[in-house]
Amino acid sequence: MLNYDIVIVGGGPAGLAAAVSAKRSGVESILVLERDKELGGILNQCIHNGFGLHTFKEELTGPEYAGRFIEQLEEEKIEYKLNTMVMDIADNKVVTAMNREEGMFEIQAKAIVLAMGCRERSRGALNIPGYRPAGIYSAGTAQRLVNMEGYMPGREVVILGSGDIGLIMARRMTLEGAKVKVVAELMPYSGGLKRNIVQCLDDYGIPLKLSHTVVDIEGKERVEAITIAEVGPDRRPVPGTEERYTCDTLLLSCGLIPENELSRSLGVEMSPVTSGPLVNECLETNVEGVFACGNVLHVHDLVDFVSEEASAAGKHAAEYVLNGAKHQESSAKDIPIVAVEGARYTVPKSINPDRMDEKHTVRFRVGDVYKNCYVSVYLNEERIIHKKRPVVAPGEMEEVVLKKEELAAFSNLSQITVKIEEA
Amino acid sequence: METRELICIGCPMGCPLKVEMNNDEVVSVSGNTCKRGDVYARKEVTNPTRIVTSSVIVEGGSLAAVSVKTKEDIPKGKIFDIMKDLKGVKVQAPVHIGDVIVSDVAGTGVDIIATKNVL
Repeated sequence: MLNYDIVIVGGGPAGLAAAVSAKRSGVESILVLERDKELGGILNQCIHNGFGLHTFKEELTGPEYAGRFIEQLEEEKIEYKLNTMVMDIADNKVVTAMNREEGMFEIQAKAIVLAMGCRERSRGALNIPGYRPAGIYSAGTAQRLVNMEGYMPGREVVILGSGDIGLIMARRMTLEGAKVKVVAELMPYSGGLKRNIVQCLDDYGIPLKLSHTVVDIEGKERVEAITIAEVGPDRRPVPGTEERYTCDTLLLSCGLIPENELSRSLGVEMSPVTSGPLVNECLETNVEGVFACGNVLHVHDLVDFVSEEASAAGKHAAEYVLNGAKHQESSAKDIPIVAVEGARYTVPKSINPDRMDEKHTVRFRVGDVYKNCYVSVYLNEERIIHKKRPVVAPGEMEEVVLKKEELAAFSNLSQITVKIEEA
Repeated sequence: METRELICIGCPMGCPLKVEMNNDEVVSVSGNTCKRGDVYARKEVTNPTRIVTSSVIVEGGSLAAVSVKTKEDIPKGKIFDIMKDLKGVKVQAPVHIGDVIVSDVAGTGVDIIATKNVL
């Protein structure tokens, strides 16, 4: 059996940042396991720019952003294995993995960082009626084909879902000579960033139809036409509103799901809202010494925040290795953070006023579009943050900053509440 | 006097902006709720620019394609000319981040550079 202090599952943006941070926090023995043939994860296919404004203060493309972190990994001489699939993580921290050279093998770790990322919601999970011909792709699959493998998935395209990958692919397919006829979005608002709607759809005159969904797919061998219809407030199609588009391709950009099979079988407690692990402010799960970060924890809009979160996870994993369970010892108890009234969840789900840093950023998403509202934080019944916001939307992650001195000074603190209050 | 309508990309608010133009001069910007909307509108109506990203075929490397971008932003109206110039471009591995793939693309004076290492 191999032995490492920290095993990191996943070599995408989260795994890379966690590894570099753990090494710089004083742990020498680190192994990153990546199932693809190269490091960098999904950034390798995100060839558009806009990454790194927070981290590097410049606009980079996805591969360039990944390149910066891969360089740091090489500089720190951190070990990694490519083409390697993790099959199982046992609660004694034995990681079972396999690849073509070594077959199946086991690694005993002292701490584990979960950084497996997420995957796209597929047609099967969407209940779209119609035939099952060729020409239906998830937006990310199309992105990989066009950007990395040099194939065009189709010439006339309809896109369902206005998540960022769908918007980015509307532009990309257009630039490569395809005709993107329409982007249909089930919800009355887009799930993507505003800048992507303007720069990927409006720039190219691609219509976005909100409150619309696909009601029929025609074609037996290959997609021949797609019918979309408006949906009512109950999100069911309204009869008589159908519009038919001839096309050869349907792209699906209908949400991302954290990839947590390994976490679940390990017994990690999960959030039903994010489909990611529940973590404390050290990003540690309920399984001692197992940490989570990046899109496996909750789906982010900006990779910069993934890197920041993963650096924290790497640092805490290193502290766990260096100090054992002592790193968790605290004179105070963990205070639960509860998301209500508009706020859907928070990461972390608890915070320890004694153990926390001077300031801690709590990230969350809202469940609807709210205009002229307040983001509020309560310690028990007392409101300590009441931040006016012109608008908050589900497509853009929100944050509030908790201060150690405020939490520590509050006697009998039993609950922190995050909510959206309308004006 | 002509009016241009835009959506601000400064924040999720997405203010609907109205820009009053006199020939090529901006007379006024309205609809914005903060200063950023004003700045964005003036740039967008007088000199809209974009970074163009794409990928080109690479031969003899570990991957089939290498991602590329314009080294600086280019006038928005030149996007499709640039895509035309990139059509059929093939490079030989190894390629490194920052390598010039096409110089002075579509007469913009801007180079196309690689954004990924393909060895």
